[in-house]
Order: sequence, then structure tokens, then C-alpha cells
Amino acid sequence: MNKALFKKALSNPLAMVGFIIIVSVFILAMLAPFISPYDPNDIDVKAILLAPSWQHWMGTDGLGRDVLSRMLHGGRISLLVGLVAVGIATAIGIVLGAISGYYRGWVDTLIMRLVDVMLSIPSFFLILAVIAFLTPSIWNIMIVIGLTSWMGVTRLVRAEFLSLSGREFVLASRTLGAKDARLIFTHLLPNSLTPIIVSAVLGVAGAVLMESGLSFLGLGVQAPQASWGNILTDGKEYIQFAWWLSLFPGLAILITVLGYNLLGEGLRDALDPRSNNK
Amino acid sequence: MLKYLVKRVLWMIPLLIGISLISFFIMHLAPGDITNNEAAFNPKASEESRQKLRELYNLDKPVIVQYGLWLKRMGTLDFGNSFASHQKPVFWQTTDKDGNVTKGMIQEALPITLMINILGLIITLSLAIPLGIIAARKYTQWQDKSITLFNFIGFSIPGFWLSLLLMYWLGVMNNWLPISGLHSINYESLDTWAKIKDSISHLILPVIIPSVTGLAGITLFVKNGMLDVFHQDYITTARAKGLSEHKVVYTHALRNALLPLITIVGLSIPGLIGGSVIAETIFAIPGMGKLFFDSVLMRDFPVIMGILTIGSTLTLIGNLLADLAYAWADPRVRRGVVRN
Repeated sequence: MNKALFKKALSNPLAMVGFIIIVSVFILAMLAPFISPYDPNDIDVKAILLAPSWQHWMGTDGLGRDVLSRMLHGGRISLLVGLVAVGIATAIGIVLGAISGYYRGWVDTLIMRLVDVMLSIPSFFLILAVIAFLTPSIWNIMIVIGLTSWMGVTRLVRAEFLSLSGREFVLASRTLGAKDARLIFTHLLPNSLTPIIVSAVLGVAGAVLMESGLSFLGLGVQAPQASWGNILTDGKEYIQFAWWLSLFPGLAILITVLGYNLLGEGLRDALDPRSNNK
Repeated sequence: MLKYLVKRVLWMIPLLIGISLISFFIMHLAPGDITNNEAAFNPKASEESRQKLRELYNLDKPVIVQYGLWLKRMGTLDFGNSFASHQKPVFWQTTDKDGNVTKGMIQEALPITLMINILGLIITLSLAIPLGIIAARKYTQWQDKSITLFNFIGFSIPGFWLSLLLMYWLGVMNNWLPISGLHSINYESLDTWAKIKDSISHLILPVIIPSVTGLAGITLFVKNGMLDVFHQDYITTARAKGLSEHKVVYTHALRNALLPLITIVGLSIPGLIGGSVIAETIFAIPGMGKLFFDSVLMRDFPVIMGILTIGSTLTLIGNLLADLAYAWADPRVRRGVVRN
């Protein structure tokens, strides 16, 4: 994506709002160790389930830990899981989609059938089943989410490659004797980047939701390490006494996911030449 | 049409084989012998049930033989018995030599999940179609903008968080709705009318939450479909010959815009089935999702494998039905003019 496109993308108000949200959430998460008022794992038996106050802006949990500090530290986990999982999915998707769309033939058929098979297994079941056989940890979560969500990118890259292969600049380059690698890396891939970026940004939104769901079920990030999902698990536990344990982490997930969705859709609108004349 | 049907059904066979391969592969992800793993996690597993597990999956035989035997049993829909729940059959009921019938776990759980999802889908569609039409007709006006905002929030809100909030508001704070299970404890003692009321009040939250989160996608889809159709020549023709706006929108545009919705509903099935895990766990609904989650926690392999296979097969059947409905609704596909 070149500079002009980037500028154009950010002139879209949706994309701009999304971008600001994401950047703010990232800054807060990065600064977590410096701005957290308390140690996120510091248990204080004298401060159990305190409602939000000036001392504890978001209250305290069942072990007297400061919720704001846990939220800030948990944010780092949620953001990291989202990025790494989507990185894995996008990498797999680009490689398989490029092979499929460039070489066609039986490899293409094989890869596309694999995509069909993966899409027909309910992904949440697949993820839970894999986790059942491994130990839940943040690395396993990232890998498993990545390994079960590459199908969309694969189809997308394949479709881009198929349509670009017939374009004149690609045919010209081929006629001039360009090798496969040159065609793929200098012509096909760079011209497919825009939809890949859009789908990756939207994919992060899905991965953040997935991680929080898994952590909520107790199969994701494990205590005492905080994540927005597992703070909500406590929230469910104490729902009759402590609304703040349910409210804040959920809001954080909502805002972050909303940011990614706005950025993704905004980019799509701004970068898709077809959507401008709708 | 018959030729299409046969082709479409045959098409499912390689997919089913692929699904079985992946399920089989996942089972072998566990380090070492799955019986060790199970023993390590589930103290309830006796040496006897471990032996049964080894027999069930023929773990003493070479991998390829194991797969062949497993595939053969899958073909006869035999998924074995659960370890964690007193050897209940995983899929369908069995009758022992004394004539006692033991219901299958999936047999009991599946209808509940299907009912909740079908009810949810009906609610989603009956809201999403009008909303999508409004957004398309009032494109870029305030109605469209508010619907778009609502869609973004619907896409982004975690379903389990919404469940918690509504549970707190409707169940805990105001005590209007029960927050767990399918029936109250005194269900059996109620009369018919009270039973119906009891069931409905238990179903409201579990049905509404997936519909709200699914609403956004379908609304957006209907809106984009309508916008595309509005630009077609036949709509211009319909307007040009002086048809009322109502007639243009509802008889000319809507039918064509809704056609692809059939496919989308078919494609949403795996998400619905998978999504039932969180919703059913939160509301303690004894459906497929909760059964699967509990089995994962108990490392109850036969049930995990059974649900994985049945869930995927249901997805394939759902897609098949969607394709057939599409072919039935679209004369071009039905007559083989264009390929679906």
C-alpha cells in the first residue's frame, strides 16, 4: 500500500475513528506497567469486591485485585493474541492462496477442497477440540486460532491471483520471460495487498472476540495472568454482587473490536474503487 | 433437478472423508497415547474404561488401520459410549438384553440446540429483512446511518458479554426472567399452560442473544443485496412504466435481493452450531454446545469425536438444503442455465 492510498484510507471517517481507537488502546496496553495504579496480581484481602471509587476506578475483584490494573495488563494479552493469530492465518492464507491461484490444476483442487472441509467443521468446536488435546496457554491459543481461520484469506488471495493473471501487465511480464517467483512477488502479490490488509484487520476483530470467548470459558489465557475474557469469568461468578467486574472488560472488548471493524470497513470503502460510485 | 441433486449429494462424500481425516488427526494431536492423556486429566477414568478406549479406537493397531476401522464405524453411525457419563451411548439410543432403552447423548442434546437456533434464525430474519430494506431505501439518510451504527455494534459485541448484561438486568436486578436451564425445578407439577409459559420464559434469553448478534450480518447483507438490485435495468424499467414504489420494492426488487440470503443462511450454520457452546454454557441449556464443552473439560473423547463429526455433517446437510432451496427458487439454476 503506497502513501497516497494510505492517505486516502484515513480520509474516510470510519477508518479514521477506528484507527484512533486502535492506537489509543495500543498505547494504553503498552504503557500498562507504568500507568497501572496497582500490581495486577496483588491480592488484597481487605479490599475484596469493592465498587468503583477514587482508589479503585474500576473496583476490585473477588481476590481484592485492582480491576483497572488487570484490564490494562489484560489488554496486552488480548491485543497480542489477536495480532499473532491473524498473522499466522494470513501467512498460511497467502501461501496456500498463491499456490492455488498461480499453479491451478490439481494443487488448486486439493487446496480448495481442504478449504471446504475446514469451513464445514464448526470452527469453535474445532478450536475447543484441539485445545482439549493440548494444554491451554496463550501460545497454543494463538496458534490454534491462526490454524483454524486461514480459509477466507486463501480464497481471497486465490481469487485475486486468478483475476490478475489475465491482466495485461502480468501477461507482458510473462512474455518478457519473468520467472514464477518474479511474477508472484513483484506483480501478483503487491497488487493483491489491499484486500488482504482489509481482511486481516477484520480478522483481528474476530480473533480478539474468539480469544475472549475461550478465556471466558476457562480454556484460554489462564489465571493469574489477566485477560479481558477471564476477568469476565469472574464477572459471571459475582454477577449478583459486582456489576463492575462484568461491565468494564466487556466494554473494552467491544470498543477494541469495534475499532478494528471500523478500520477494516473504512479501509475497504476507501480502497475499493467500486464502492466509491455506489 | 434430479441430476443436480445426485451430483450435489455425491459431492459431499469427499468432504465427509476430509472431515473424518481432520477429526482423526486432532485425536492424534495428544502427546503419546490418548489413554495416558485422559488418565492424567480425568481421574474418573478407570483402567477398564481406558482399555475400552484402546479397543474403541484400536490403538494397538497401525495408524492407517485405526483410521480405516474408525471410518467404518462412522459409516454405521457408531460413535461408541461416553466414559464420563456412565457409558451412555454417544449418538443414538441402544437397547440392552433386558429391553431397557438408554438414550444417546447427541440424540438428547441435538433437538434442543436445533430448536434454539431455528427460533433464533426466525427472529433474526424477521428483523433483518425489514431493517435491510429500510437501510437500502433510505440509503445515506439517518435511518440508514443508525442501522449501520447498530450493525457495527452488533458485529463487535461479544455475545457472552451481552448475555451477562441481560442476565444481570432481566434476571438478577428485576427478576423478570429465569437465568438458567430449560425448565423450573417445579416444572413437572405445573399444568400444561404453566408449563408452556415456563418453557417460553426460559427460552427468551438463550434465543434472543444469538439473534441480536447474528442480526448485524444479515441486515447488512439484505441492504447490500437491495442496493445492487436497485441499480439493475429491470428496476429502472419497472419504475419507468409507472409502477408504484411499493410494488417496485416488494415484488420486483425484494425477491431477487433475498435469493442469495438462502445461501448465507446455509453458510451461517457452522457459526450457529459453534456459537451454541458459549450461550448454552452461560444459560445451562443441555444442548450440543454445553455437551461439547463439558466433554472437552472431562476429556470424554468418544463424545468429542462424535459431536465434531455430527456437527460437521449437519453443516454439510444444511448447505445441501440451502443449495437445493436456491435451485428451487431460482429458475436459472433449476433449468441448468447457470451453475450455482
